[in-house]
Amino acid sequence: MEIYKLTSHELSVKLNEKAFTHTDVVAAIESRIKSIDPKVKAYVRFNGFAGQNELPAGIPVSIKDNICTKGVLTECCSKILQGFNPPYNATVIDKLSGAGFMALPVKTNMDEFAFGSSTENSCFGRTNNPWDTDCVPGGSSGGSAAAVAADEAIMALGSDTGGSIRQPASFCGVVGMKPTYGRVSRYGLIAFASSLDQIGPITKDTRDSAILLNAISGYDPLDSTSVNAEVPDYTKSLTGDIKGIKVGIPKEYFVSGIDPEIKNIIEEAVNKLRAIGAANKEVSLPHTEYAVPVYYIIATAEASSNLARFDGVQYGWRSNGPEGLIDLYKRTREEGFGEEAKRRIILGTFALSHGYYDAYYLRALKVRTLIKNDFDNVFKEFDCIVTPTSPTAAFKAGEKTTDPLKMYLSDIFTISANLAGIPAISIPCGFTKAGLPVGLQILAKPFDEGLLLRIAHAYEQNTPWHKMRPEI
Amino acid sequence: MEYVAVIGLEVHLHLKTKTKAFCGCSTEFGSQPNTQVCPVCLGFPGSLPVLNKKAFDYAIKTGLALNCKVQNFTKFDRKNYFYPDLPKNYQISQYDLPLATKGYLDIEVEGKIKRIGITRVHMEEDAGKLIHKENCSLVDFNRAGVPLLEIVSEPDINSPLEAYEYLSTLKSILEYLEVSDCDMEKGSLRCDANVSIRPKGETTLGTKTELKNMNSFKGVRDALDYEIKRQSEALNRNEKISQETRLWDAKTMVSVPMRTKEGAQDYRYFPEPDLPPFLVSDEQILGLKNEIPELPTEKMLRFIKEYGLSEYDAKVLTSDKKFAYITEERIKKYPSANKKPVVNWSIGPVLETAAASKMEPADLIIPGGDDEFIKLIKLAEDGQISNLVAKSVFNESLKANKLATQIIREKNLFQISDESSLEKLADEVIKGNPGPVQDFKSGKTNAIMFLVGQLMKKSGGKANPKVVQDVLRRRLTDV
Amino acid sequence: MDITKNTVKHVSHLARIDLCDKELDKLAVQLKSILDFIDKLKELDVKDVNAASHILPLNNVFREDTLSESLPLEETLKNAPQKNDKFFGVPKVIE
Repeated sequence: MEIYKLTSHELSVKLNEKAFTHTDVVAAIESRIKSIDPKVKAYVRFNGFAGQNELPAGIPVSIKDNICTKGVLTECCSKILQGFNPPYNATVIDKLSGAGFMALPVKTNMDEFAFGSSTENSCFGRTNNPWDTDCVPGGSSGGSAAAVAADEAIMALGSDTGGSIRQPASFCGVVGMKPTYGRVSRYGLIAFASSLDQIGPITKDTRDSAILLNAISGYDPLDSTSVNAEVPDYTKSLTGDIKGIKVGIPKEYFVSGIDPEIKNIIEEAVNKLRAIGAANKEVSLPHTEYAVPVYYIIATAEASSNLARFDGVQYGWRSNGPEGLIDLYKRTREEGFGEEAKRRIILGTFALSHGYYDAYYLRALKVRTLIKNDFDNVFKEFDCIVTPTSPTAAFKAGEKTTDPLKMYLSDIFTISANLAGIPAISIPCGFTKAGLPVGLQILAKPFDEGLLLRIAHAYEQNTPWHKMRPEI
Repeated sequence: MEYVAVIGLEVHLHLKTKTKAFCGCSTEFGSQPNTQVCPVCLGFPGSLPVLNKKAFDYAIKTGLALNCKVQNFTKFDRKNYFYPDLPKNYQISQYDLPLATKGYLDIEVEGKIKRIGITRVHMEEDAGKLIHKENCSLVDFNRAGVPLLEIVSEPDINSPLEAYEYLSTLKSILEYLEVSDCDMEKGSLRCDANVSIRPKGETTLGTKTELKNMNSFKGVRDALDYEIKRQSEALNRNEKISQETRLWDAKTMVSVPMRTKEGAQDYRYFPEPDLPPFLVSDEQILGLKNEIPELPTEKMLRFIKEYGLSEYDAKVLTSDKKFAYITEERIKKYPSANKKPVVNWSIGPVLETAAASKMEPADLIIPGGDDEFIKLIKLAEDGQISNLVAKSVFNESLKANKLATQIIREKNLFQISDESSLEKLADEVIKGNPGPVQDFKSGKTNAIMFLVGQLMKKSGGKANPKVVQDVLRRRLTDV
Repeated sequence: MDITKNTVKHVSHLARIDLCDKELDKLAVQLKSILDFIDKLKELDVKDVNAASHILPLNNVFREDTLSESLPLEETLKNAPQKNDKFFGVPKVIE
């Protein structure tokens, strides 16, 4: 039996039956990483698990390089955090161990500070898409998604600021969920954009998504923006029944920039949902086209402030032989940050700077309200909204690296959920002629993750897509 | 030319909470460097702030005590600038919606009441401390994250003395509220000043300078004196005042411009996304208002009214909250209607002894407590012991930790007021001092004081001087 | 939006990033095209719209004033590029 291919719910059964032990699971993952990762490069700083202190028993979860694990290097795939060894755990890491999971003491690759949609902006080099290693795995949680797709991970955690879980899940043919803003604690997640960031599960199927979400959700007294609301058992939502569910299909998502092949696959998926009991109707989210510009103001403005702390004083990279304090700052940050990070810091600093705040930042906050209102209006009548996760399937490495704007537009369908703070999931819904996976995105009201999982699960029960694995 | 100074003060004070503004680290002063820190106050990546409820309540109370309008909606903002004592390179502060605005403080200068406007009161976090060595600077983050209140006055202050009174009045209110230690030496109260001058009679404002680095109220007054003089002299020489920040040096009594050029700072304020906003209901405001104790001015007026104190006495007694409290307790316990003796004793021996032993007057331990203290005062008032004796008994009682009444008993210090025994002594004194007796009889009535002194000596200080004088006078005229 | 090399230079100083001439030129061009795209927001009338500084209907989140454990000194300093005894060290700051 190939243990590494199993889902966590399958593993639990086998572990209960004593078919094998937790140690066997970790060993299986370790040897799978050793044999496959040279091709995929989903992990960074992997040196095997030998030499690690006795690992605790638990189903292993792979962790993105921006989630702090006590005693395990956490560098956001950036030179500026070189050698950073956090003296604390992110809350999700503690929650995992409290729920029978174990955070693997190795991290997955990502775009530096989650700045990107292709995992090409990593100081460790890019991750390859297991379905076609010339293609990107999406980003920024490309390492986590590729690891799950290539069976190098049982399940993984990613973070999603503008689509960084859902878009790579879509590109890699796995399930990725961004929970409601405030559902999962951000404590210990190295911030990109504080008002948009959310940690979420990347898994092989929807049941695992529910299981992992159960483990990490809930109020955290260390995070003022985590919501003190009851967490339901999400596995109870997986009823298989979606009769009478009202699905809105926003017309704005099927016009500009969408690949006709993707459009067809999504339409087929919508038909399938209807066939199993959902009722769909066209709806409008009129401010959709403003989401990307709003996002690139708010996200970069917050990032410019969040990343100010990386200055070579307390941790991470420090430039050699600086001439005074300002020189220390300027050279450390010039040497430590990659190109995209610098671009975003400069853009965000500009948007907040004197004379431009009202025209850019304040205006963006206001349009964010309009975008949220769009969703509120639709959810008055509809249970969920269904869209493509991305306008294209995985693209070739290097294809968009020269034009930042082109790269930014690949998040066009995922960004709105972060701006509105609502939950969204991406599930596999087919393949392009080139054999690349396509993702279906479902969005719902705040704290309606159960409904998302219920719809995704029902769809999954009636389609084969989640069972497909790349040959690598 | 005669100039008018225009001064605005910016006071930063530490709120007296056990823990920091946004994390559970201790705020205690004077610990080993970098031992009261955690990922939050160090700004380690991934850490997040959670506001200390007590600090927020203290801030609102202060706003109310300064007659401010407390806002029903307030939020925090990030103030972005790079400095090595600022762990995140931004400070969590408040920008466009401070928690309290538009208040005032009444101060008394040379017998007149003057109202100084308070522009705003807002909360923020303190930075760490830099220690400058020859080749490098060292950073201690123990202070980073300690809750600070910034109180900004209107430029209503027109003299260094007014500034001094403003600070003293503010300090005494804050101490009454028990929200801050207000200790400038420990840095729990800091004060910066903005100063400009304009020719008397004109209304156009001059160029202002900012003064920093004063570490006592007197330092603030001195720095302002110096700066007003400096600006006046410059204007008299037709020089221009340059807008700058100047650092006060208390040793040389001179201020110098800061070497680092600040230029026009661009702090890029924006709403702190890690802290949801705060709604303060009118009920909450009322609740906190009810927790505000009687403030110094109210207490002073009441003391005058209730106990018939002079304004001076009432002011001295109410300048320190704890002292005012224990003194009032003593006044209430004092068995006669005339409370003046307790007041005199409190302002006199108690304050003097406390000052001499560098103690807070309220911390002075009197053996036997208030009861003994009151007995002692009453004995003196009733003339059973002399005031002089009473004071020395008080001192000895404190020094030897012995009850005052016990000392009086053991040393048999009760005054001799019994006239027949005093007559005997008087006759001896008259016999032994013919010169002064002659003087007295020839009209130099003051000579009696010498005889009183001689009699007191003979009695071992125990004779009641008033009775002695009467007896002597009678015997001198009788004989 | 017209964005010049000087603007980028000023902003990069605010952000404390040392950029060479070539980078400044390149960024000026890129930022201009990004901001031109973002200027789309100016089409909208937002006069009466509230600014969504916080997207959740959440407020008054506090902690009690109770002590929690601080970090041991060696954990605090273990990541420091320069430590001097119990302190973090930086180049001499001139005030």
